[in-house]
Amino acid sequence: MSERLGVTPAQTVGPYLHIGLSWPDGPYVVPEGTPGAFWIRGRIVDGTGAPVGDAMVESWQADPDGHFDHPDDPRGARAATVPGFRGFGRADTDAEGWYALHTVRPGPLPTPDGETEAPHLNLSVFGRGLLHRLVTRIYFPDEPANAADPVLRTVDPGRRDTLVARPAADGYQFDIRLQGEHETVFFAV
Amino acid sequence: MSETTRKLLLPGYRRDDVEAHPPLLSPGYKSTVIRAPQQPLTYLPQRLTEITGPLLGEGRLGELDHDLTRQHDGEPQGQRIIVHGRVLDGDGRAVPHSLVEIWQANAAGRYRHAIDNWPAPLDPHFTGVGRTLTDDQGRYEFVTVQPGAYPWRNHDNAWRPAHIHFSLFGRAFTQRLVTQMYFPGDPLFSQDPIFNSVRDPQARERMVARYDHAATRPEWALAYRFDIVLRGREATPFEDEDDDE
Ligand SMILES: [Fe+2]
Repeated sequence: MSERLGVTPAQTVGPYLHIGLSWPDGPYVVPEGTPGAFWIRGRIVDGTGAPVGDAMVESWQADPDGHFDHPDDPRGARAATVPGFRGFGRADTDAEGWYALHTVRPGPLPTPDGETEAPHLNLSVFGRGLLHRLVTRIYFPDEPANAADPVLRTVDPGRRDTLVARPAADGYQFDIRLQGEHETVFFAV
Repeated sequence: MSETTRKLLLPGYRRDDVEAHPPLLSPGYKSTVIRAPQQPLTYLPQRLTEITGPLLGEGRLGELDHDLTRQHDGEPQGQRIIVHGRVLDGDGRAVPHSLVEIWQANAAGRYRHAIDNWPAPLDPHFTGVGRTLTDDQGRYEFVTVQPGAYPWRNHDNAWRPAHIHFSLFGRAFTQRLVTQMYFPGDPLFSQDPIFNSVRDPQARERMVARYDHAATRPEWALAYRFDIVLRGREATPFEDEDDDE
C-alpha cells in the first residue's frame, strides 16, 4: 500500500468568498431555456433566525437519466442527453440570505445494495463562520421514490422534511437553517 | 436491465482522517457560535452522487488567471512570490487536471471586496483572484504577491495572519476542500482562532507553506511550496486481492 498522508484541514471561506468563488454562470446547472428547467431558491438563516448574506451553496447531481459524466460511475461515463448539462451549480447568497440554482430534475440512482435512491441534489454550504463545508441533500416533494430512499429512511422522521423542497412559483424552495429549531439535517460524508 | 441488476462497485473515500478538520463549533471564532449546527451530523453512505463530482476544466480558465501580477496594465505593489505545489490524495497519489482557485488580500492586507473597507489602500493593479488546473502530476503554480495581514472584529485587536484562500475539487464530491494557506513563522498564529480551530498541531502545520529557495527566480521572485492533501480512497475489493501476500 502507498504511504498515508494526513489531509489538509478545512478552513472557512471567510467574508470575502465572493471575489474568489463567484461565477457569473454559477447558478446554471443547465443553460437558460433548457426544456423542463426550473429554479431552486432558498434562504439560509443562522441560529438567531438572521439571514446569512455571506454564504455560498454548491450543488452536484445526476442527469435526468440518473447518470454521471464521470469516470468513476461504474456504469460508464456518459454525456447527459440535456445539452449543456453541467451537473454542478454554485450560487452565493444575497443580503437577505437567498440563493438560486437553475436546474433539471435528476433521475433516480441504483445503489450497490440493489436499492434506489430517490432523485436528489447534494448540496455543500460554505460561509463565514463555517470552518468546514456543511453537506445536505435536496429531495423533491410528491416524489413516490422518497418513501424507499435509503438515506431519508435513516434520518429522524421528525427532521426528514428539512431535506425536502417545497413547490414554488417557478420551481422549488429549499431553505437551510444552520442551527436551532428546525435545523436542517447535515451529513458526514 | 443488466445495468440495474449488476452489482455496482463504487470506490469509497476514507473517513478516518476527518478528525484533522476543525470542529464546526469553535467558540474562539465567534461567528461559529450562531452558525454551527447543534445536531450531530448524519452518516451519509458514499454512493454514486458522492463518489463522482464536477470535473471542471480549461473552460473555467482565462489566459492569465494563474498570474495575479499580470492581470492589469501595471504591476501590483508588494513582494512577488511563486506559490506552487502538488495536489495529492491521502495515499500520495497525484490529483491531476483538477481546478484550483485562490483569492487573497493585497500586499497591504486589503481585499478588493465591497465590504472590506479598513483603512489600508486598494491596489489598482491587483484583483487577488487566481485559477489554474493541476497538471498530470498534480502540480500547480501561481505567481502573486505576498498578502498582508488584516484586522477583524472577532476579539480585541484581532489580526488574521497572512493567508491565501484555496479551493479544491479533487475528483469526487467527497474530496471537495476549501482551506487557507499560511506563511511559515507568522507571529500572528498564536492569537488567530481560525488557524487554531484545527486542534492537532501536526494538522495545523499542513496549512503552512514552506519557503522554497530552490523554486525562487533570481532577481525576480521568492517562492513557497504548498502541497495539499485531499482524502484518500478506501481499498477496492480488487486492490484487497492484490494486497494479499
Ligand atoms: Fe481572508
